[in-house]
Amino acid sequence: MLKVHIRKRLHTFDLDINFEAGNEVLGILGPSGSGKSMTLKCIAGIETPDWGHIELDGRTLFDSRAKINLPPQQRKVGYLFQQYALFPAMTVEQNLFAGIPKEEKKNSQNIIEDAIDRMNLKGVEKKKPYQLSGGQKQRVALGRILLNHPQILLLDEPLSALDLFLKWQVELELKSLFESWPGTILLVTHNLGELSHLCDQVSVLHEGVNQTKQTVRELYSHPATVVAAKLAGCRNFSRIKLVDWQQKRFKALDWGIELLSSNLRPKSQFCGIFNHDIMPLLTDAPSVPEDKIENTFVVKKQHILWAVAANQVVCKSKTQTNDSPLFLECPTEYNELNLMDEFLVCLPSEKILCFDS
Amino acid sequence: MDWFPLWNSLRIAAISTFVIFFLGIYLAWYIAKLPPFLKGLLDVVLTLPLVLPPTVVGFFLLKTLGPYSAFGSFILRMADVRLVMEWYSAIFASIVVAFPLMYRTARGAFESFDSDLCYAGQTLGMSNARIFWQVVLPTCRQGILAGTVLSFARALGEYGATSMVSGFTPGQTATISTTVYQLWRTGDDAKAYLWVMVNITISFIVLLAINSLEARQKKSQILQSSGV
Repeated sequence: MLKVHIRKRLHTFDLDINFEAGNEVLGILGPSGSGKSMTLKCIAGIETPDWGHIELDGRTLFDSRAKINLPPQQRKVGYLFQQYALFPAMTVEQNLFAGIPKEEKKNSQNIIEDAIDRMNLKGVEKKKPYQLSGGQKQRVALGRILLNHPQILLLDEPLSALDLFLKWQVELELKSLFESWPGTILLVTHNLGELSHLCDQVSVLHEGVNQTKQTVRELYSHPATVVAAKLAGCRNFSRIKLVDWQQKRFKALDWGIELLSSNLRPKSQFCGIFNHDIMPLLTDAPSVPEDKIENTFVVKKQHILWAVAANQVVCKSKTQTNDSPLFLECPTEYNELNLMDEFLVCLPSEKILCFDS
Repeated sequence: MDWFPLWNSLRIAAISTFVIFFLGIYLAWYIAKLPPFLKGLLDVVLTLPLVLPPTVVGFFLLKTLGPYSAFGSFILRMADVRLVMEWYSAIFASIVVAFPLMYRTARGAFESFDSDLCYAGQTLGMSNARIFWQVVLPTCRQGILAGTVLSFARALGEYGATSMVSGFTPGQTATISTTVYQLWRTGDDAKAYLWVMVNITISFIVLLAINSLEARQKKSQILQSSGV
């Protein structure tokens, strides 16, 4: 159980972090420069917050009021650095040796052999870090951390240093480590793939302030804020004006259309919808019938961006005045789209997200 | 043939390099962590001897260590030790003159050092002293070695400040450089040539050592960056 409530003044913004994490993999999702690494460093004791309290499994690591600030050496925190931070002048064995606690050093021979076996590092024991592949480096770094018996794992963008091919393999290795790990794991990332593959819960971090955590699935179905939705990959947002509260009808000002949404709340000011939730309706007559179907309207195609699984289609509603197009994702089988200039789209009422601010 | 100047030069250079090694590393490491203003100031002060004429350094040394200076006269009274015009006076001169070379190369090495390595050591429970000796120094060893060799070469070639604080007494304070000057002055070209050759040989070896160190450093850097 990790409890963090800290504040720290930084150059460009103030860090204000507040969350609790149980025995789960908590992802901290934020763009680069949002304070993710700084948060991990404060927990590890490398950086000192200006104010607050950090508690790990009942142990106070930091408390500004009680003037407690344990040095990193006593925090029992396993920190996986972005570039792994293997000691360059040491061999794989010596790097592993560095992770063994003092009282176990006399038994180090066996411990290292064991770790080499477990982390699948046979044959590279005598090699220096620069001779290893990215995957091997990460396994050495993880092995070194695990030998130190940490109470929590902190991972700083664990896959960002790897190229695509290695990423898959390392991701699977991390997944199986996470499954066998009994305690808390904190993983910071800006990558949605990493997040959805590896994390249970997620807290979005924006300009130093983190938001209430939710499950990763919830982040995609009901992101709590516009920022969360943006980070989750949603590209369609519009300001709204309430038309009829009873019917939950409102006008999406940036798209120039009227919509219904079961998610509308009295204070809602913005609406949004994920690219993959907009449904193109490919009929021969792209005109809206007199008895208009709700949430369905004609759009003009602007661009099609090809991708393997699904094309990104950029379009605009016919009544739209300003310059914010709709982005929708549709399977590549929809070949007709290539020939059409105008077509019908449906924004399903339950898929339209509404945000207060 | 009197080989005293060679022996004297070597011991002066060796002792000063020994002192400079620890002092340079310590100050480079310590100053790298200071706030910018203080860092800039100390940096200038410590690098100054590199650009000052050695005679200016010699002048300052005579004014602080000489028998009429406060410090010099104090030592003379208390310990009956004269700080100038002895063979070991040249050590002070070489330390001051060669120090910036060690300091700057070590500082350069420390500045390019990835601080995540320190943090990794700390989170693994390593003490800061252990991190410094087992992680920082080995990682920066090529830069530090280059600095050491460079300081040794500079200390060995020191003339200006040395001749001012140690003078030239054959068999007592004579170094290779002061001997060459003395032999030239007295017109003993044959012997002067010999000492010139000795000096060139030593410097040649030292510079070869530096070059091979730099080549190795480049090679390991290339390997390291391609390994990522």
